[in-house]
Amino acid sequence: MKYLLYIILLLPTFLFSQEKITGIIMEANEKNKTIGLVGANVYWLNTTVGVVTDIDGSFELSYKKEYKKLVVSYIGFKTDTLTITEPKEVRHWLQSMDDLEAITVTSRKQTTTKSYLQATNVVTVSSDELLKAACCNLSESFETNPSIDVNFADAVTGTRQIRMLGLTSPYILIATENIPSIRGASQAYGLSFIPGTWVESIQITKGAGSVVNGYESIAGQINAELVKPSTDDKLFVNLYGASSERFELNTHINTKVSNKWDTGLYLHGNIHNNEHDVNSDGFLDMPKYNQINMMNRWQYTNAEKGFVSFINLKFLNDEKETGALDFDSDRDKLTTNAWGSEIDTRRYEISAKLGYVNPEIPYQSLGIQTAFSNHKQESYFGLNQYDIKHNSFYTNAIYNSIISDSRHKIKTGVSYTYDNYDEFVNNTDYERTEESVGAFFEYNLDNLDKLNLTAGIRIDNHNLLGNFVTPRLHIRYTPWEKSALRASFGRGKRSANIFAENQQMFSTSRTINIINGTGKIYGLDPEIAWNYGVSYLQGFNLFGRKADIMLDYYKTDFKNQVVVDYENPQEVNFYNLEGDSFANSFQTEINYNVFEHFNLRLAYKYYDVKTDYNSGKLSKPLTPKHRLFANASYETHMHADSIKQWKFDVTYNWLSKQRFSSTISSPVQYQLPKYTPTLGTLNVQVTRVFSPKFEIYLGGENITNIRQNNPILGADNPFGSNFDSTFVYGPIFGSLYYAGLRFKIK
Amino acid sequence: MKKLIIIIVLFVTTVAFAQNKNAKASMEVDGVCLMCKTRIEKASLNTKGVKSAVWNVKTHELKLIYDERKTDLKTIQSKILAVGHDTKNIKATDEAYAKVHPCCKYRDQVVQEDHK
Repeated sequence: MKYLLYIILLLPTFLFSQEKITGIIMEANEKNKTIGLVGANVYWLNTTVGVVTDIDGSFELSYKKEYKKLVVSYIGFKTDTLTITEPKEVRHWLQSMDDLEAITVTSRKQTTTKSYLQATNVVTVSSDELLKAACCNLSESFETNPSIDVNFADAVTGTRQIRMLGLTSPYILIATENIPSIRGASQAYGLSFIPGTWVESIQITKGAGSVVNGYESIAGQINAELVKPSTDDKLFVNLYGASSERFELNTHINTKVSNKWDTGLYLHGNIHNNEHDVNSDGFLDMPKYNQINMMNRWQYTNAEKGFVSFINLKFLNDEKETGALDFDSDRDKLTTNAWGSEIDTRRYEISAKLGYVNPEIPYQSLGIQTAFSNHKQESYFGLNQYDIKHNSFYTNAIYNSIISDSRHKIKTGVSYTYDNYDEFVNNTDYERTEESVGAFFEYNLDNLDKLNLTAGIRIDNHNLLGNFVTPRLHIRYTPWEKSALRASFGRGKRSANIFAENQQMFSTSRTINIINGTGKIYGLDPEIAWNYGVSYLQGFNLFGRKADIMLDYYKTDFKNQVVVDYENPQEVNFYNLEGDSFANSFQTEINYNVFEHFNLRLAYKYYDVKTDYNSGKLSKPLTPKHRLFANASYETHMHADSIKQWKFDVTYNWLSKQRFSSTISSPVQYQLPKYTPTLGTLNVQVTRVFSPKFEIYLGGENITNIRQNNPILGADNPFGSNFDSTFVYGPIFGSLYYAGLRFKIK
Repeated sequence: MKKLIIIIVLFVTTVAFAQNKNAKASMEVDGVCLMCKTRIEKASLNTKGVKSAVWNVKTHELKLIYDERKTDLKTIQSKILAVGHDTKNIKATDEAYAKVHPCCKYRDQVVQEDHK
């Protein structure tokens, strides 16, 4: 035993007697100063002989003739292998990884990204992509995205309506930061109540989507992530002016209140007071309006304890006035002197989020979201009057964890929704309260290889929709490199807010009928649909440049639908579906980086949307069967010595003929052809970046000046029985030019 | 002898109780790309008791959370070595290394350069 101790004591002596190599490992810096790296690993390649550097970065290591390669590594630094031929002193500088990262980031940045890994078919639109459509609110930020169609709802209010998979926005769950926000009373105009500059990124999920945010989504989900006080610019100003004399101002002010609290104030105002009548039909081409929109966000971050919280306060006041040129709201409101319309909306919103991530166990987290909104719209359209008050309360608690290991993730939680609607429609009061409690469970399997699967189920108890189960499944499989094969199915259920969602019908002389009313929501039954989809994404190289192609096919099959029937030109009829109603959509999209800084996106879409109306199976009115989309963007190279840059963006959209709802029973002069003409529009935008602080942009919408000439049927007699402003398929105003500036201080 | 056993048993149980269900550890594992990342993380997670494994391509740091009652760092390390990735202290066998995809031959300087 004692001998062993002696041997151990002697060992170092033996080592010292060997040949040695000494040196110093330093952190690379511009002036080649000696900044020693403590704790760097130095070892001979393919051996276990190694040491760790001292406090000053120096080391001493035994040397043999067989040892040729010396490996120097340090966490956070590039590992280097040095060739050593003789035991002399080594002085070596290690390159920090941070420097390397900075280089990779500038090399390539995509503004719209599709995931090869997730189970759901999600497209993420970054703020850079959003800048390509410089104006102005969420409804206009989809213009460079082929997955979403943007249409005008009617010829008088200028409302834009979005569609996905051939279905209108009520079938899409639109959320801001995962809190369902554009629903109920805000369905018609809600997208224009979220200013574009407030949006940090948008996630578009095609197909059923997750069960976490509710049971209402049918065609898909859109989530807008808003700018955060801690990461947004300290000061941001955006000024916009268009040739139509529309002006917008956005200001963001963000400050750090303490080391845990950040706050931001976001102000948006827009105004348009000019009267335009390009097509001389006696009606304004676009409404006069003004909007004040304010948001105050508070962000609490405590990384040590793992808490993040957001508190948001929002206020909106929006006023629109439109109608005949000679309409004077004070004099002619609700009279037959002149046709006119006013829509006044006021909305208050408060929402809070609290997230906790266990700092010890990062895969365990808990999130609670709650939101309350009060929405009040008072409006009239000619002699039609429509008021809605909507109080909504939403709360959701989610717990995230894993089963056995991080390849098996689970999300589970409960949610509660309360909605009270009070509507006044042409002398009739409609009031209802909807309340639902639900529980959800979502399992995600990621085998870190070819398969990713998300299976979710939720059970809800709803006072009007009853008890029901919502299953949803998304699978991704990667058969070979750079590809993703996806499939999904899911169920959605919702109550249709027939008046709020179809407000364009008030700008007609049609009578509104609800047929066979025995259901609980306006006498109608809830809408139920199943959505099935498959998609395929493949990335490849073409002439040495990156490209990808995407194909998808989705089918939405309604078990019940509240059919909105415009087929009689004197009526709008709402009734429960009897028979079939489906929306089939096929889309293919190619993205190609033609040469450095030049990207091309081409897409083709095919829609087959049909419903069994009382008058027979017909395709959905004003839905084109074919659509072509092309977007090209080019950026000049950013030189190291100058940050000045040009950005160019061109978007072309072509729509095939669209069916007009039947006008066959109208007098001949008020009859329309069966189909609309085809339509192609071109938008361009140029941005000049002067410095990271300042940029100017200039653009044109519809620069080929395509117009629908007579968008309003019966404009000559707006109080007659054939007045109708819903036959809109194209731009009414013609080309429009705009300019704007952005100023920001980081 | 009996006493000793009791003492040992008591001692062992105490140690067992002190063992952490969510032990955290980090080790350096060599590799170059996202394919390596998948391979390393998968090998770690395939060790029973490992709950989370996140490998950083740039820093080569593998962050682990595992149940100390079911596994230990040595076992995890051996799994990683078995799929052909060197850890800081031990090199994978040439046999195991031979199995990694050609683009992942992290010991090769040319491959390393390619991924920079």
